[in-house]
Amino acid sequence: MDALIQLIFFLTLLTLGYVFGKIAEKKHYRSIIEREKQWMQIPTTSGRRVLGTDREVKRVQLATGSVVISVDYFKRILAGLRNIFGGNVQSYETLVDRARREAVLRMKESCPQADQIINLRLETASISKGNKNQIGSVEVLAYGTAVYLYPASTAATSP
Amino acid sequence: MLLTNTEEIPGKRITAFYGVVSGSTVRAKHAGRDIMAGFKNIFGGELKGYTELLQESRDEAIKRMKAQARQLGANAVVNVRFSTSSVAAGAAEIYVYGTAVTVE
Repeated sequence: MDALIQLIFFLTLLTLGYVFGKIAEKKHYRSIIEREKQWMQIPTTSGRRVLGTDREVKRVQLATGSVVISVDYFKRILAGLRNIFGGNVQSYETLVDRARREAVLRMKESCPQADQIINLRLETASISKGNKNQIGSVEVLAYGTAVYLYPASTAATSP
Repeated sequence: MLLTNTEEIPGKRITAFYGVVSGSTVRAKHAGRDIMAGFKNIFGGELKGYTELLQESRDEAIKRMKAQARQLGANAVVNVRFSTSSVAAGAAEIYVYGTAVTVE
């Protein structure tokens, strides 16, 4: 009887994780894609130079954005099974993809007036690593230099 | 205090170097956040409590680095890098370092 209750509990968690996890992921991806379109106006590069422009730089500023996202119960079990057979762990692939894109978006949202962001760097932290109850989560910190340019009209007079 | 993570500041000239300055912080989450994270762990999604924790520790580390740079008489820090490590389970260590400089 005890084993049966445990099994039911486990299956309930699995279904809850599957249903809500799926909904949450879909919703998140929709919001990411929409916001990425919206923030296309701020070009971002991992290079060190200001992207092709002859406008002069007004000021620069460090911009940061961070996010912690966790995976749902169903996917965690699935990833555990994957460990036996090897291969792509797709449930974690979408997790890190979402986290990175979200962190970059938050960085852009922290400086809406910027013209460009250069020298983008991504760093992952680990708050929950080594936790006994095994929280499968990823923590991403995105940072870069936000560049504010003078309007084009002043640059035209300088050469 | 000007911060960038590029070697030089576009449009400005560096006049003096003061060497490396750094700031670090180790911050633990409280039990309430942990319990919420446990729930979220079933459904998946963003762990807001942990995001806040990360943000707070980042701001604290930057603040300490700025204080050190100010003490040296610098007015900017270039080449800023963030680094993370896990000293203890459930705690976030954020380390930020850069080169203190004077710009005109």
